[in-house]
Amino acid sequence: MARHLLRVVALVYLAFLLVLPVGIVAWRTLENGVVPLWSALAQPNAVHAILLTVEVATGAVVANTIFGVGMALLLVRHQFAGKRVLDALLDLPIAVSPVVVGLALILVYGRTTGAGAWLGEHGLDVIFAPPGMILATIFVSLPLVVRAVAPVLEEIGTEQEQAAWTLGASPLQTFRRITVPAIRWALVFGVVLTLARGLGEYGAVAVVSGRLVGQTQTATLFVEERFQNFDQPAAYAMAFLLAAMAIAVLLATNLLRPREGV
Amino acid sequence: MSITVRNVSKTFGTFVALRDVSVDIPSGALTALLGPSGGGKSTLLRVIAGLETPDAGTIEIFGADSTHLPPQRRDVGFVFQHYAAFKHMTVAKNVAFGLEVRRRPRAEIRQRVEELLALVHMEQFAGRYPSELSGGQRQRMALARALAVEPKVLLLDEPFGALDAQVRKELRAWLRRLHDEVHVTTVFVTHDQEEAMEVADEIVVINRGVVEQVGTPDQVYDEPANQFVMSFIGPVTRLSGRLVRPHDLELVTHPEAGAAPATVVRVVRLGFDVRVDVRTAEEDVWVQLTRTEAEKLGIEAGGRVFVRTPPGAGLAAMAAG
Repeated sequence: MARHLLRVVALVYLAFLLVLPVGIVAWRTLENGVVPLWSALAQPNAVHAILLTVEVATGAVVANTIFGVGMALLLVRHQFAGKRVLDALLDLPIAVSPVVVGLALILVYGRTTGAGAWLGEHGLDVIFAPPGMILATIFVSLPLVVRAVAPVLEEIGTEQEQAAWTLGASPLQTFRRITVPAIRWALVFGVVLTLARGLGEYGAVAVVSGRLVGQTQTATLFVEERFQNFDQPAAYAMAFLLAAMAIAVLLATNLLRPREGV
Repeated sequence: MSITVRNVSKTFGTFVALRDVSVDIPSGALTALLGPSGGGKSTLLRVIAGLETPDAGTIEIFGADSTHLPPQRRDVGFVFQHYAAFKHMTVAKNVAFGLEVRRRPRAEIRQRVEELLALVHMEQFAGRYPSELSGGQRQRMALARALAVEPKVLLLDEPFGALDAQVRKELRAWLRRLHDEVHVTTVFVTHDQEEAMEVADEIVVINRGVVEQVGTPDQVYDEPANQFVMSFIGPVTRLSGRLVRPHDLELVTHPEAGAAPATVVRVVRLGFDVRVDVRTAEEDVWVQLTRTEAEKLGIEAGGRVFVRTPPGAGLAAMAAG
């Protein structure tokens, strides 16, 4: 009885929190068929926003995959002074508000600062441009890959790698043929979370991008801007697309993943 | 000599694993590093393999100074207690690994893998994953994998330690036969003296980071260098202030010169062996008899007997400290 009650409570909770809002977005988007959806997304500004979002999210995924695996190896396999501090710092991006992250980036890389001015002179504008948006997205999704990969690295231990060394495999061969396959599902999980976070990031990107329509406007910024301008169909269509992409990515991971962890 | 270890020391924090160890491992033989847990034997094996760096001392493998060579370039095969199977690869792929990283031709790899799987009787498991194998099968696979690259030296770290008693005994006998077929210089670590006695040509007894004795199984058993070796390698008891092997003692029913009078405390039958606990005026002694001997003597708890060391020579015995 208690267990049934718990189930009902959980389902109702999820229904009001998750299923209902997402469902309404889908319903609103599709109530007049797919033609308005298509025409809303085919506008040049919408297309640009989608492409920019993919670019920013991809940039963050690539950077955080490399950084995340490296950092996980460092934390799990090495002992050094300051390890605990580093470990704690990694979670900071989760705790700090994305708006603060954006503001901090402007303070460092804005055109009026030393670093920003120097980069600008060398042809690299960071703030109000894609590099800053990628940087902000990297920051907010920083720990996702590390936190997915580190426990698996801990669990597999070092014996397989040592066995590979004695069989003549170089450190690089060992990493590619032994370590990566052993952590691959954790890595996929971390990458998916990073991708989802990257596609959906709003606050930090809003601050550093300057929200220039057709230039630095990502999909989430597009939703907000269209909604404020009473262009509900476009806002719903993009929101629907973002939700659909997130669900597709999560489904793909679940389908690709073997039933039992190998 | 195939492996020469000179003055090797290794500490982990404050724990001294090896102190100034020097030992020679003969070519082509099966050598056991025997000692209690935490005695340094696994560390010595890992130093030889290059998986640990010694704080001091040198390692030579077939005449070449290998002290600073990485494990990849030492030509050693290593087998781990917990198999270290590559879980995402089939048995055949595991065995092929060393050959693949050496970029040998495919046909050669396939043929070599077949030979090795036949050698360890695993042909029918080529396509399985390690998770589908028993512990004994995984260890045989690990052995084939290590042998695939034709190492100069095969190092086994407690290879049967994670297996149950029955499989362990089978694999022991099998390792001995395999070595007689393959003849690669082999060093294996064990804390089980019976395993070392049964399998090894030569035993290196290691305790608390130092080599206590090196010798054939008979030498370490019959001529132990010190009390530690004597009591670690086989059963011991104490008679008139001397350490002796219980099966070297005799019981007689009539007083004799040199025989100590004693009372039988307990008689325990362990299959063919009979363990007799007796008490002399000075101490408790235990004597191991065969069933036939015990029956002939007709001993029972509470009976009066005399204990003596038989006049035969060559018995392991030493003053007890």
